[in-house]
Amino acid sequence: MFDILYQPWPWYVAGPIIGLTVPLLLLVGGKMFGVSSNLRHVCAACNFGNVEFFNYDWKTAGKWNFTFLAGSVFGGFLGGFVFANPEPIALAQSTISDLQAMGIQDFNGLVPDDLFSWGAMGTVPGLIVLILGGFLVGFGARYAGGCTSGHAISGLSNLQLASLIAVIGFFIGGLLMTWLIYPIILS
Amino acid sequence: MKLTEYLKYLLIGTAFGFVLMKSEVVSWFRIQEMFRFDAFHMYGIIGLAVVVGIISVQIIKRKNLKDAQGNAISIPPKDSSQVKRYLIGGSMFGLGWALLGACPGPMFALLGSGLTIMIVPILAAIAGTYTYGLLLDKLPH
Repeated sequence: MFDILYQPWPWYVAGPIIGLTVPLLLLVGGKMFGVSSNLRHVCAACNFGNVEFFNYDWKTAGKWNFTFLAGSVFGGFLGGFVFANPEPIALAQSTISDLQAMGIQDFNGLVPDDLFSWGAMGTVPGLIVLILGGFLVGFGARYAGGCTSGHAISGLSNLQLASLIAVIGFFIGGLLMTWLIYPIILS
Repeated sequence: MKLTEYLKYLLIGTAFGFVLMKSEVVSWFRIQEMFRFDAFHMYGIIGLAVVVGIISVQIIKRKNLKDAQGNAISIPPKDSSQVKRYLIGGSMFGLGWALLGACPGPMFALLGSGLTIMIVPILAAIAGTYTYGLLLDKLPH
């Protein structure tokens, strides 16, 4: 019966559970689900140079979210280490062929070793993916006022037009990267 | 905040991180597959999450439910007049999401799974957030 802890979960099981995060956080303490706010709270906790955007009481605003985030790290440890799925992901064959043509060789884990390893830090594509990718996620999330959780899940759950526009933006950027820019980075 | 509250947030976060792993939302491969429209998986997850979210937020609003401390639950609306910030900022986020194959939640869940290299994009994301704070007066919103 512990099999389900090791196996991948289908979308119709995972989707509703992720959706329930929204009402649970509201009911526990009236909190809006959004992970990228933690990145801002980290900046507020340090705030070198006294930047106005980070001048607020991060403890009051962020303690609950840091706790939630610590849980997410622990959940990642349970789901991706303790109960890690030993099988490769059942990806669409067309995606596998595409990525192979772009030079990706490792399809065993959740991420390709070609880009996500300390060794990849010595390669140009690895540096671009890990550093520029992370930078754009942090910069873009704050510029847009939220990330996938804050806009695509929380914001759309509250029927916010702003979040719909942001999600359209997510896809404009994502499609540009996938179809036009990524092939150049990996070539 | 009381200890029991911390435990509740920790528990919800743990469940969230666990589901991100089990559903492979954390996978760079799944994000590449999504932006290629090669599988329904990611769309099914985000779509159903939003459906469950919409229904539960409507119930909370219509029944005027209170949180565990007895406070009224208020959800501040987002300012939809700032179209530029959502489109430009959103597109920049999307470029990063497809490039890194992970958004903020999965970055941290992957770190927990033992992928130590995720420290690099996490620090880069903090640097990106800080840079936005420095430049925001000069950016169109």
